[in-house]
Amino acid sequence: MIESAQKKAAIRRTCKHIFLIIMACIMIVPFAWMILTALKTKQESISVNPFYILPSNGWHWENFATVWKSYNFLILYKNTLLMIFFRVLCAVLTATMAGYAFGRLKFRGKNILFAMVLIQMMVPGQIFIIPQYVMVSKLKMLNTTFGLVFPGLVTAFGTYLLKIGYEGLPKELEEAAAIDGCNVFQRFSQILMPLTKSSMVSLGIFTAVFAFKDLMWPMIVCTNSTTTTLSAGLAKMQGQYGSEYPTQMAAATLAILPMVVIYVIFQKQFVEGIATSGGKL
Amino acid sequence: MKKAKMSVAAKKEERWAWLFVAPTMLGLIILNFYPIVSTIYQSFCKTGDFGKGNIFIGLKNYQAVLVDPEVWQSFWNTIKYAIIEVPFGIAIALVLAVLLNKKMIGRSLYRTIFFVPMVCAPAAVAMVWRWMYNTQFGLLNNVFHTKIAWISDPKIAWISVGVIGVWSIIGYNMVLFIGGLQDIPGDFYEAARIDGASELRQFWSITIPLLSPTTFFIVQTRIIGALTVFDLMFMVMDKTNVALKNVQSAVYLFYQYAFTNGNKGYGATIVVVLLIFIMILTFILQRVEKKWVYHN
Repeated sequence: MIESAQKKAAIRRTCKHIFLIIMACIMIVPFAWMILTALKTKQESISVNPFYILPSNGWHWENFATVWKSYNFLILYKNTLLMIFFRVLCAVLTATMAGYAFGRLKFRGKNILFAMVLIQMMVPGQIFIIPQYVMVSKLKMLNTTFGLVFPGLVTAFGTYLLKIGYEGLPKELEEAAAIDGCNVFQRFSQILMPLTKSSMVSLGIFTAVFAFKDLMWPMIVCTNSTTTTLSAGLAKMQGQYGSEYPTQMAAATLAILPMVVIYVIFQKQFVEGIATSGGKL
Repeated sequence: MKKAKMSVAAKKEERWAWLFVAPTMLGLIILNFYPIVSTIYQSFCKTGDFGKGNIFIGLKNYQAVLVDPEVWQSFWNTIKYAIIEVPFGIAIALVLAVLLNKKMIGRSLYRTIFFVPMVCAPAAVAMVWRWMYNTQFGLLNNVFHTKIAWISDPKIAWISVGVIGVWSIIGYNMVLFIGGLQDIPGDFYEAARIDGASELRQFWSITIPLLSPTTFFIVQTRIIGALTVFDLMFMVMDKTNVALKNVQSAVYLFYQYAFTNGNKGYGATIVVVLLIFIMILTFILQRVEKKWVYHN
């Protein structure tokens, strides 16, 4: 009786793992295929009979170097990095300040202003794009880092996230500081802000990942292949190298590799940052 | 009266507060509020010759949009995409989350793998899938010895694109579900086990109802996300692809009109109609939430 129950449990465990392994393979295959194709010659990539899974003609690592040079990946990396840096900086800075005020301070108009923040969060972003583009173009800022950063100067969602972070801190902290004669700014900068570090990190990661993934905005404001980001650069490349699959796949690999490596290193913060941010939305 | 009562400290606090919210509020007004009004105004205008100026034309754009078969088709395509991405993306993620919620060998490795697509640029992901779907040289047709035109047969292209969407979102949904599962108190399962309830029974009677707030949240955000899909269609479907008309989403069409064809008025109208559609849907979902979601 007990033996059969154990057997059943073992079978169930095995089935679980088989299912998980199949799912994991489905997740990995596209990446594996991307890298394998990137290492082939063009002829190999489009040969059907025989069909090569692995590169048969040597592993052409130089494909990466060729794409790197011919498409000026250094500039794409630089543009993407600058955009991410300034978007994260602006988002964390403005959201921290506003989040503190909404979460801890009393002021007239607070409810109305916060309702305005909430409304922004519920509206799909596409509705802002045409006027945002017109503004950037009137400012003569097309094809600049400022243009890329522009829609991310402030963040309704981040404000909401940080407000929750500040609300969660104990009231006594501030009262004690007030008795000690700290003014509002000192209470914010020296006592409360350091305690919301995890919310700030979450918002930073969330902002960075979504800025990195964005395709439409960089395509609209940075049409030049020397001013655009990795995502939009790939879109251009696909048009140019229509049937050069190893080139395309090498480019795709170069575009996603940095983020994947950073993710694998800071996995816990990434999953927490994206999931807790997403979960609170 | 109230004003007179405000202490000096309270006044100071208020001044600081306004200073702190000023950048955000100013930014939101310039970057979001004004654009909403401007987009709605734009939808009543047509773009002049050479892309210059707005000429007010009243409801003409709306009249045109409502009888434009291409617009209707694109909305239908968007809904079809959502019908694949939302239920499958959620159901598979839920199963994975339940399996990975308990301690087991390789748990963190599985989680890491499932979450990877979340940090990948959709542009790159779509490029890779497009290559795998290639009719002549693609991985799928060669491994399965088929000759299916995955992304150029209008009958199945929308499913192929939907599959990419599901593949991309599973890990994210899974992590959200795991978060929700951890909030369910363990004693519920303890009690059920003592009563002799099977694992499947526990899943239906405990997990599903207690997880419903998380599920509802994911459903709602994913519906909005799916209805505004753009990147996959844009990267997977060539302009010359015969199946494009059966796959292009509403936002794709918006992009084409507003930024490629230089008809911002028409583009604005499409996006306003989409906004109204999403708002109605959100309203309905809020009603459903009150009925179906389990609250303590």
